[in-house]
Amino acid sequence: MKTTRALAALVAVLGLLVLPVTAVAQARYSPVTDQRLVTPEPENWLQIRGNYQGWGYSPLSQITAGNVRRLTPVWAFSTGVDSGHEAPPLVNNGVMFVPTPYSQVIALDAKTGKLLWRYKRELPEDFKALHNTSRGIALYGDKVYVASLDCHLVALDAKTGKQVWSRKVEDYKTGYYMTLAPLVAKGRVMVGVSGGEFGVRGFVQAFDAQSGEPVWKTYTIPGPGEPGHETWSGEAWKRGGASVWLTGTYDPELELTYWGTGNASPWFGDQRPGDNLFTSSTVALDPATGMMKGHFQYQWNESWDWDEPDAPLVIDYQKDGRTIKGLVHPARNGYLYLLERSRERIGFVSATAYVKQNVFRSVDQQTGRPAYHEERIPKTGKRAEFCPSLWGGKDWPNAAYNPKTGRLFIPANDNHCGFMEGKVQQYVAGQWWTGVDIPDIGFTVDKGAKYFGEIQAWDVNSGKRAWSHQYPDSMSWGGVLTTGGGLVFAGGTNDRNFRAFDAGTGKVLWQFTTNSGIIAPPSSFAVDGVQYVSVVSGWGVDPAFQQGLLGDLLGWPKDVPQGGVIWVFAVSK
Amino acid sequence: MFAFGDKEGQIVTPEDLPLGGPQQLAYPMDPVAKIVRNGSTLNLAALIRLDPTQLTDETRPLAVDGVVAYSAVCTHQGCTVSMWQAQAKTLFCACHATQFDPRDRARVVDGPAPRRLPMLPIKTVDGVLTVAGEFTGRVGGERL
Repeated sequence: MKTTRALAALVAVLGLLVLPVTAVAQARYSPVTDQRLVTPEPENWLQIRGNYQGWGYSPLSQITAGNVRRLTPVWAFSTGVDSGHEAPPLVNNGVMFVPTPYSQVIALDAKTGKLLWRYKRELPEDFKALHNTSRGIALYGDKVYVASLDCHLVALDAKTGKQVWSRKVEDYKTGYYMTLAPLVAKGRVMVGVSGGEFGVRGFVQAFDAQSGEPVWKTYTIPGPGEPGHETWSGEAWKRGGASVWLTGTYDPELELTYWGTGNASPWFGDQRPGDNLFTSSTVALDPATGMMKGHFQYQWNESWDWDEPDAPLVIDYQKDGRTIKGLVHPARNGYLYLLERSRERIGFVSATAYVKQNVFRSVDQQTGRPAYHEERIPKTGKRAEFCPSLWGGKDWPNAAYNPKTGRLFIPANDNHCGFMEGKVQQYVAGQWWTGVDIPDIGFTVDKGAKYFGEIQAWDVNSGKRAWSHQYPDSMSWGGVLTTGGGLVFAGGTNDRNFRAFDAGTGKVLWQFTTNSGIIAPPSSFAVDGVQYVSVVSGWGVDPAFQQGLLGDLLGWPKDVPQGGVIWVFAVSK
Repeated sequence: MFAFGDKEGQIVTPEDLPLGGPQQLAYPMDPVAKIVRNGSTLNLAALIRLDPTQLTDETRPLAVDGVVAYSAVCTHQGCTVSMWQAQAKTLFCACHATQFDPRDRARVVDGPAPRRLPMLPIKTVDGVLTVAGEFTGRVGGERL
C-alpha cells in the first residue's frame, strides 16, 4: 500500500511537470487533412519538401535579400545522436517534428525550442544498416508516421509521441531497411524499401492510415507474367535491387504518385543481362490500387551504381509554345531530364548534361534511351573508368523549384570520376552483395578543377542554366530550399556553413557556421506572423566517407565534426 | 567453421587462410556438443593468417602460428567487418569504412569506430583452430 501511495504521489508530481507542456501541444495541434496537404498553408511545412510536388518552396516572403544579413539563431536543440541527419523539420501550427538517425522523433515548440516529447525506437540488438539515417517523417490526421530502420511502419500520436501501432514491412535480417519519409495521400500511407546493396527486391507498399492494415504492394521489379519481366534473365529478378530509398512525389490532379528507383543488384550489368526494368527509373503508381501507370528508365542494364531514387519534381513548364504537364529530374547519371506526365504514361522530352559525363554516347531524342561508350562500362573481370563517379552529378540531396521565377536549383557535384571491376560474389542474406567490395571502388578527382561542389540554377522553361555557385574546397551535399522572398538556402559543404543565396544571381548574401556539416534540406515556417528558417546540421554517411577519400586525394580535412543540432533562424529586429 | 562461401559449415584450418589476408569469417562450434553458435552474428569471428614476425608483442601471445582471430562485429555500429583493404592490409567495415590493423590487436587505423575489435585468443588442438579464452573486450557496436 505504502509503495502504491508513493507511486501515486510520484505520478501526480510528474503529471504536474509534464501537463503544461503537453497541454500547449494539444491545444495547438490541428489535424492534417488531405485538403491541407494539397494546398498547404504558407506558414506550415507539413511535408518533407513542403508540397506534394517536391518543390522545396516556401511562399513566405518576410525574409528577403534586403534583410537576410540580419538572420540570427533563435534557438538550437541537440539531437544527442551521431550519424547523418538528412531530414527537414516539419511544422504544423507551431509544433515542430524532427526525425533523427536510429528512428527517433523529437517534437518541439517551434517558436521556443521547448521539448514536447521524444520517441526512441528500440532497434533489435543485431540490427545493422549501411545508412542509419532518416530522410523524414509524415504527418496525417493526428498521427506522425515513421518508416523505421528495422523495416516497420510506425504510427505515433502527434500530441504525445506514444506509439499507436507498428506494422512489419519486411524482415530486416534479409537486408531490407527503410530510410525514407512515408508519403500519405487519400488515407494511404506509402513506404518504400532500401537494401539494394544486400540483394533485395524493391517495392512500394501502402497501408491504411487509420488501422495500419496493408492495402497494396507493388514490386519495382516485375515478377513472372508481369509487364517488364522479360527484361530480366534467369533468376536475377529475385534479388535485382531497385530499392526505393526516397519518398515519392504526387500529382493530386492526375492522382498518381511518382517514385525513383535504385540501381540493380549486383552492380555489374553483365551478371544480369537485359534492360532490368524498373531499376534506375521513375515509376508512376496509382495510390488507390498500386497499379503502375507509366515508367521511364534513365539507364538500362545499369552498371555504375547510379541510383535514381530521387523522385521527379512535378512541374508544368513551357516548351515550344505549349504548356507541358511535366516531371523534372536532375539525375545521378549527370543529365537533367524533362519528362511529360499523363494518366497513362511518362513521356520523354529532353535530357541535358549538367555535369561532365563520359558514359553516354548519345540519348535518343524520341525515347530518351541512352547509347553507351562500351569502354566506359565496368564488367565482371573488366575494369572501366567513368565520370561522374558512383556518387553521380547529384545524389539524394533534393533540388528545389521556385514557381515565381520558374527556376530549378540543383545541388551538384562535378569533376569527379570512378572506376570499378566486378567479381561474382556469393549471395548471403543480409550481407553486402554488389559484385565489388568497397575498398576496391575507385574514386578520382580532376586535381586541376576550379570547383567540385556547386549549386546550379536552371530556367526550366528555356532549359538553360542561369547561374552556378561553385565550391573550390568542398562537395555539395545539402538539399535546397527556395522562398517567396527570392532566396535559396542550402548547407552541404564541409566547412559547416549554412548559406542564403540571391535566387536571381546566385550571390551569397549570408552564411552561418553551424556545429557540423549540413546534409539535410532546410524548411521555412511562420509562427505568430514571424518567418523562420530551420535546418538540421549533422554530417555523416556517404559525405563523411567521401570526405575521407578527398582528404587523401586533395588534402582536405578528413574529419567534419558529427552530432546533430536543430537550428532555427529569424531576422533580428 | 566457415560462416559462408564454398566451404560453409566446414572446419577452418590454418591452411584455409591465405598468408597475408584476406580474413575468413567463421562461427565457433562447441567441440563436445558439436553445436555451431551461429544464432547471432555477434558470434562471428574474423580469422586471418599473417607473418608471425609482423605481429606486435601484444598480439602474438593470443595468436597461433600467425593466425589471429577478432570479433567480426564492428565496434562502431555493429556491422560485419567482412572486407579487406589490400593496399593498407587492414580489416575494413563496409558500413562506415573503419579500418582495423590485424597485426596490432585490431587497432583503429582510420574511420569512426571508437575502439579496436575485441581479440579472441586461439590455439590449435590436433591441428584444429580452437578458442583459448574469452574475447578481450565487449563484443558489439555502440548503441544510442
